Amino acid sequence: MSTSPATDSPTTSTARDYTVRTSYTQGLEEMRAAHKVLLEVPFTPSEPERGYNMRSLHVDLTAMKVTEKKVTQQMKDIFVGGRGFGLWYLWNATTPATRWNDPENEIVIAPGPIAGITQYPGTGKSLVVSISPLTDIPIDCNVGGYYGPLLKFCGFDAIEIQGKAAAEVVVVVDGPRGVIRIEECPLEPPDSHVLSEIFTHMYATGPEDYKNVSVVSAGKGSDHSYIGCLNFSFWDLRRKAARLKQAGRGGVGTVFRDKKLKALVVRGPVIKADLNHVADRARIQKVGSVINKEIHDLDSSQCNMRRQGTAHLVEVMDAYDLLPVKNFQYGNHPDTKNIASWVWDKRFTQGIPDGCWYGCTMSCSKGADGHVVKTGPYKGDVVTVDGPEYENAAGLAANCGIFDPDWLLESNFYCDTYGVDTISFGTLCAFVMECWQRGILNAERTGGLDLTWGNAEAQMEMLHQMARGEGFGVIAGKGIRQMKRIFAENGWGDPKLMNDIGMEVKGLEYSQYQSKESLAQQGGYALTNKGPQHDEAWLIFMDMVNKHLPTFEAKAEALHYFPLFRTWFGLNGLCKLPWNDIEPANNAEQAEPAKVPEHVHNYCEIASGVTGIEVTKEKIIEQSEKVYNFQRIFNLRRGYGKREHDWPPYRSVGPVTVEEYESRAERYDKQMREEIGVDPEGKTTEEKIAITRQYREDRYSKLCDAVYKRRGWTTDGVPTVATLEKLGIALPELVELVKQHGG
Amino acid sequence: MGADPGAPPAADRDTRLAVNGEPLDWREGMTVRDVLQAKNYVFKLLIVTVNGTLVPRGSYDDFVVPAGADVKVVHLISGG
Repeated sequence: MSTSPATDSPTTSTARDYTVRTSYTQGLEEMRAAHKVLLEVPFTPSEPERGYNMRSLHVDLTAMKVTEKKVTQQMKDIFVGGRGFGLWYLWNATTPATRWNDPENEIVIAPGPIAGITQYPGTGKSLVVSISPLTDIPIDCNVGGYYGPLLKFCGFDAIEIQGKAAAEVVVVVDGPRGVIRIEECPLEPPDSHVLSEIFTHMYATGPEDYKNVSVVSAGKGSDHSYIGCLNFSFWDLRRKAARLKQAGRGGVGTVFRDKKLKALVVRGPVIKADLNHVADRARIQKVGSVINKEIHDLDSSQCNMRRQGTAHLVEVMDAYDLLPVKNFQYGNHPDTKNIASWVWDKRFTQGIPDGCWYGCTMSCSKGADGHVVKTGPYKGDVVTVDGPEYENAAGLAANCGIFDPDWLLESNFYCDTYGVDTISFGTLCAFVMECWQRGILNAERTGGLDLTWGNAEAQMEMLHQMARGEGFGVIAGKGIRQMKRIFAENGWGDPKLMNDIGMEVKGLEYSQYQSKESLAQQGGYALTNKGPQHDEAWLIFMDMVNKHLPTFEAKAEALHYFPLFRTWFGLNGLCKLPWNDIEPANNAEQAEPAKVPEHVHNYCEIASGVTGIEVTKEKIIEQSEKVYNFQRIFNLRRGYGKREHDWPPYRSVGPVTVEEYESRAERYDKQMREEIGVDPEGKTTEEKIAITRQYREDRYSKLCDAVYKRRGWTTDGVPTVATLEKLGIALPELVELVKQHGG
Repeated sequence: MGADPGAPPAADRDTRLAVNGEPLDWREGMTVRDVLQAKNYVFKLLIVTVNGTLVPRGSYDDFVVPAGADVKVVHLISGG
């Protein structure tokens, strides 16, 4: 690794000049010379018509074989694209017995039909699907960066990676040359900020071509943990840097590295306004120009995404008692001001475009330039940190009792480059710190790591251990579910307590919102298909603050509509943020403003404009409902997907400990008096915790009943045959499966 | 006709408001901005109605909330 400055930069000092950073391209020719071409296959490049190429690419790393597949009309009708295509390919590639590290497990990347247009913000997303090492069920991730759209503009609607290579390889799809190559690549370091830069330089024809190259990579952390993520690069013209966006959840980076994949590279054509060859471009431009004006005129008085990204939420969540502090025990902290949006407003380089796809005026992929790395193998290097976004600030910092922006940048940087999911890492780090607090862990058990709340250096050392495959970091990298088992087997703590405080469902770590005081959000997390990620439903304000969901039926309706509406983004290659992180000036005057009706209308317009098929707001839900139910049945096929798998840890439902109860005693006592009908007077805190728990768990169970009913599932959470028939997905194998489970 | 569940009890209407159904002490000249500050509602994507009348965002500093009012502060969704 070289630490010399970039060629156009005189120094790697602490200056916050956004063009200054350490360069990693020295030795590139030596690395290139060590490559060995294992397979070279010509293909005919093509451009999509109305959003589809009608073909996809299958790569078998075991057999070293590349095959083109037809995309069928049935695939489009039922699965649409993106996540839907990924799930369908994965279903066909695997059996119920396939484990995450079996060769037949796949990584599928599919952008969706709308992906790649440039007239509307947030339209460059790729969807990644695989069997997760954490959950043993399908995981799906929605990620920015250029890989998916460029792949599509080379001529493929999806890429399936199956099998395992014998040595480290890179799979290169070169559209302009019409060739696919698999190359052995022994010398490049796997860490993403290094590898993305090297491969961008190696596979572009020159500096003018860097923007047409995207690299997908993981990192050393993915080699030794179950929480590996994938980094999708996009070339930042102003910074002259390969920026990174994360397909974060569920260990997709772990699967990637297990296949001995060092990287996927795509080189596409120069992006033009209509490579998607849409049915009605004017229709898209019309709504695109309206929302772009909204963002221009209103963002600074609304969410300020263009200056702060999602980091604007840090102090908001703190103010509403929703910021996870110390493993979700508490919801706010006096030191939140140190990691709040005003800090990032200054740290982020302002005034340059930060979109992760062309034409995105929301431009929220903020970068903190000039960070001098403090620890580990890149100590002393000057790097650009992609973020922090809200999830990173909340998870890596507040949830671990760390309120220092420099340490947050450090952990954010290393999680990214090591290919480690910041959300899972933040939540599991919070868990082990609470285990330390409660004596479940100590220095002897952690190999000397002092996991006291707020110990940022110990957090970093645990992450470096994870990347080196050493010590306690390896245990932590297995995720909370495995840690609970290991700790219990070692007799280190009470399994019941660990189950209560270990914030995972289905094996996936929670993302960073407090759901204790919102029953709807408890369901919004635990009733998800893939595990507790907020991208299905974020209902806390509607439920807890607005009090718009007073009944089980109202909550169930929200837990029907919002997960389906948001699933649709993943079918089409869209970002969720321009839906409701900007709102039209007259949104307040609309019926159902929480749905942002004008933007829903926009999505109908762009979907219709791309495909030529009329998409209504009802059809959006209908399209999603097919795929959502299919994914539930996929879980069922793998031995999950039932009521027992939707049960949350009690920490997400109510107060586990005396300290937690007493921190909100007024709220809990009031609820006991007014809702439960029990006088808290004279009761011990332990007694009040037990009474509250019984009440809240009973309500969660009733919520499940209402949601399953609304979704057309049995009381055990199984889609019924009648539901499959209504949705037009009564495929024989699905019907047979649900029947076996009482559906 | 039943009482509006969002309104304060009749006995309290000279001294209190209801904000999203919860009581809040009222004072003379209290504006929408004061209500938001009292509730620590710092989120920006809000829709505020006072006794069913929509209050434009630009008027939060000037709109005076009468005693006994039923104030609804709808928080939209963002993030993620």
